[in-house]
Amino acid sequence: METLERYEPLVEDFDAFLDACQRPLPSVVRVNTIKATPEQATAALDEEGVEWTGREWSDTVLEVDTDGPGSTWASYHGWIHGQEEVSAIPAEVLAPESGEVVWDACAAPGSKTTQLAALMDDEGLVVANDNNLGRLSALRFNTERLGVTNTLVTNTDSRNFSLKPFNTDERSSSSPATQSQNFDAFDKALVDVPCSCEGTIRKNPTTLDEWTMDHVRSVAGVQKGILTRAIQATKEGGTVVYSTCTFAPEENEAVLDYALEAEDCRLVEFDIDLDSRPGVTEFEGERYDESVRKAKRFYPHHNDTGGFFCAKLEVEG
Amino acid sequence: MTEKSNDGQRFDRLPATADDREVEGRATRKEVVEWWDQRFEIPPETFEEYTFWEKGKGKIWILHGDIASPLRIEALGMKFLRTRQEHWKPTTNAVQRFGREATKNVIELTREQARRFVRGEDQELDWDGDWGYLVATHELADAPEPLGVGLFVHGELKSPVPKGRQRDL
Repeated sequence: METLERYEPLVEDFDAFLDACQRPLPSVVRVNTIKATPEQATAALDEEGVEWTGREWSDTVLEVDTDGPGSTWASYHGWIHGQEEVSAIPAEVLAPESGEVVWDACAAPGSKTTQLAALMDDEGLVVANDNNLGRLSALRFNTERLGVTNTLVTNTDSRNFSLKPFNTDERSSSSPATQSQNFDAFDKALVDVPCSCEGTIRKNPTTLDEWTMDHVRSVAGVQKGILTRAIQATKEGGTVVYSTCTFAPEENEAVLDYALEAEDCRLVEFDIDLDSRPGVTEFEGERYDESVRKAKRFYPHHNDTGGFFCAKLEVEG
Repeated sequence: MTEKSNDGQRFDRLPATADDREVEGRATRKEVVEWWDQRFEIPPETFEEYTFWEKGKGKIWILHGDIASPLRIEALGMKFLRTRQEHWKPTTNAVQRFGREATKNVIELTREQARRFVRGEDQELDWDGDWGYLVATHELADAPEPLGVGLFVHGELKSPVPKGRQRDL
């Protein structure tokens, strides 16, 4: 918990924050609308006597009164998927639509990828990339279990992601009824980067045991590389959502500040019906672009969730 | 240049019909759609917006939409069907996703039978229909819901639910 003391200047009601960080998380699932409506999923939970509570901010997020939501019929059928509440925020903010081509730059193990596919009614394309081959098996397992059929899985470093494979002229001699979706830029991109994971302490109380400032600095470098590549790979007028599960301004506002300087983009406001605080413009002597206030910080004591950071960017010409 | 052989490192879109076939033994789109119709009476229109792909011999994948072929990536849509053996075998995930449309070779299990099925256990039961791969369902939220593909032979329903998908419910 000492690690978190550095955020005392940022967090109001700091004692409540620390208390919340030491409590276990509620058990939360997302309804997978590719396979079931929220009504069907809740009816299936009712049949098994699993009590559930809906959420104001999302029709598909449910708190369930069981430690093992995976051991339900609804889960076996892929109607529900265990996913922390704040982890459902960035895909909602990105709001992909049917038919769009969307990049999920750091996709494994696939909770957000499958949520993107569901928001698109499984139509269009999600290109789900991860640099970690080991974690790709979990991503592939989850997309298939949840019935996703609009997702491509790639294994490269997102900082150097190439769109070439998707933009070839070579056509097979068979041309099916459908329109080919060759593309040279994404409509939208989700950049949910690897981070120091301070916000997941309620799920993994040992998360901060190996926390070092060096790690924060090193991961921030990777985050800047991935976010700038995502902005470059997204078409003008397109949307990029940047998110982390950490409180460190070095991995949040500082990364946005870097991208605003390096690429043609701007931060935009968004609404999510959860309690949040604006991005911070100053921390430990560093100052960030004023517009980072448009990002949102989600603290554990405000909504009884994990900690999270989310920003929405518009790509400019 | 046209590749004439199967390549386990890349996805190739299935040819529309036998006349378009360039790789020997490769299933065609027509054959795949007809197989689901003949075996389960899943209407061919169900797959109108989908394309089918092969990566590795006899491993067929389904993608909603279309994209340039060939494609060297890790995965594309969902593993859908194995065509290597004499009897084609659909995947558990494909049957869960598309099996609601099936009206033939559908076996409805009781809750207890469904539990055994998803534990991966084989069980003896009465079935007067075809032998071979069946859509196994049970009732969930007031409608039959596919549990996956079952294999019925010699008075026994075998459960091919993969280890990672098995549950003790």
